[in-house]
Amino acid sequence: MSWFKRQGNTIESGVEKSVRTEGLWFKCEGCSQVIWKADVEANQQICPKCGRHYRIDARARIEALLEPGYELVDLELKSTDPLDFSDLKSYKSRLKKAQESTGLNDAIVNATGMLGKHRVVLSVMEYSFIGGSMGAVVGETIARAVDRAIADRLPLIIISASGGARMMEGIVSLMQLAKISAALGRLDELRVPYISVLTDPTTGGVTASFAMLGDLNIAEPGALIGFAGPRVIEQTIRQKLPEGFQRSEFLLEHGMLDAVVDRRELKSYLSRALDFMQPV
Amino acid sequence: MTQQAAKVEQTGTGTPEQVRAAAEPVLPRWQKTELARHPQRPDPMAFIESIFTDFSEIHGDRAFGDDPAMSCGFARFQGQEVMVIGNVKGRTTKEKVFRKFGMPDPEGYRKALRVMKIAEKFNRPVFTFIDLMGANPGLGAEERGQAEAIARNLREMSRLRVPTIATITGEGGSGGALALAVADRVLMLETAIYSVISPEACASIMWRDASKRALAAQALKATAEDVKALACVDDVVPEPGAGAHTAPEEASRLLSEKLAWHLSELKALPVEELLARRYDKFRNIAQFYTA
Repeated sequence: MSWFKRQGNTIESGVEKSVRTEGLWFKCEGCSQVIWKADVEANQQICPKCGRHYRIDARARIEALLEPGYELVDLELKSTDPLDFSDLKSYKSRLKKAQESTGLNDAIVNATGMLGKHRVVLSVMEYSFIGGSMGAVVGETIARAVDRAIADRLPLIIISASGGARMMEGIVSLMQLAKISAALGRLDELRVPYISVLTDPTTGGVTASFAMLGDLNIAEPGALIGFAGPRVIEQTIRQKLPEGFQRSEFLLEHGMLDAVVDRRELKSYLSRALDFMQPV
Repeated sequence: MTQQAAKVEQTGTGTPEQVRAAAEPVLPRWQKTELARHPQRPDPMAFIESIFTDFSEIHGDRAFGDDPAMSCGFARFQGQEVMVIGNVKGRTTKEKVFRKFGMPDPEGYRKALRVMKIAEKFNRPVFTFIDLMGANPGLGAEERGQAEAIARNLREMSRLRVPTIATITGEGGSGGALALAVADRVLMLETAIYSVISPEACASIMWRDASKRALAAQALKATAEDVKALACVDDVVPEPGAGAHTAPEEASRLLSEKLAWHLSELKALPVEELLARRYDKFRNIAQFYTA
């Protein structure tokens, strides 16, 4: 005879009782300390202990820089796969997968809105979409951002995060470098401000075109920035690359950047720069 | 596949080159890539020497050094004063090493831009000739801003106030080639290639195996015919026989004819019209998307 008798059989046991603990903490790549993930998320993906900058997606970036009420624009373009490219997988299937996982049509988001008291055109690359690579859609979307800046004489800010040109679009992707650079030439002639922000990573054809053509070229700390990838250079020169090679601080030291700016200071830095660049 | 290649494939014997050739599928675009890189193919300087007269070289970027992989200077084209720019590959092994196999460093691109500005000042047309695998990937190149040098050339060439004609004579390798090719007219020799990445690099990234280069070449569609079909170049220059290397003089003559025709067209345009057309061409180039 038991001490207690079950009165009814209403308890459901279908729900597994477990507390999710995995992935709440992680070891910071910068300082090797164990960090609570929510602390990093609340801090614009920056380690609160050492300040290491983790990658941030395009929409979060826009949210952090523009005042509420901004507008996302030029989102409608989709690649037509000009080469009908296929390697181990088809480019079409890669595109589809990236579109599903990011909810974007391609690796770029344009927005217009207020940055502090300045109305701006903001174009942000999305690294998680096929490595932020630039094909016809990214090229045209950035060119349209330049066109908007030209039409309304609005300052342009482009935030790069890209492995370079999208090789699955072959020569078509290379032509985007020329397209955007030509448009920026026109913007420059009209004396409309253009600030380029380079984030981790910015390499290849993106660095070798619009990312280096700003009135100011600024970068986030510790970002990989270069033309040739570090592996290609190592293979070519057959020696180990020095510590910190092609990082923001290295470029600053070699005179290639105007400033290295912490993500938490980025908005106030941009706002200050735009004050200076207002027409008088 | 040739008979000999078939035999090599069956028996597995032959010289290492023959065995390698047999292992590689015969794909038309890869064959053109090999022609574009043919060791006897005239390099940009060879074309410059036979098409122009009185070439007088201008050295140095006024900032760091003189890039041996890039040669610039004033010359005469059918009696007219013009500026000529071409990369130099070198012919002997020793010279190839000195010329860095034709791959320019930032100072090469800066020198090219400097002479373009001289041409602009004195209102002389600019001709560029390109046959390079790409910009030099090296430690020093990165330190001195390879990306910035290329980017600046793209922007400045798009608004240079004189007629510009670029010719890809062999291999047009990515940003390093484009940095000399934002021109009013971009020509390609018939067996030249113009690509965003070399077949080898593409194969090692996408197939994780550099020996799949023939497949990569096939997928990249970088032959003159393909690039013209994608409207990324303006004109294709025919080559004699089995390629420019079989009859270099005739190849030069055919190119010279095309250059003269394009130059006369460009010279007939007022400068503002010239610039507007160049801008519109590049602004509307390679539009492969749906709204």
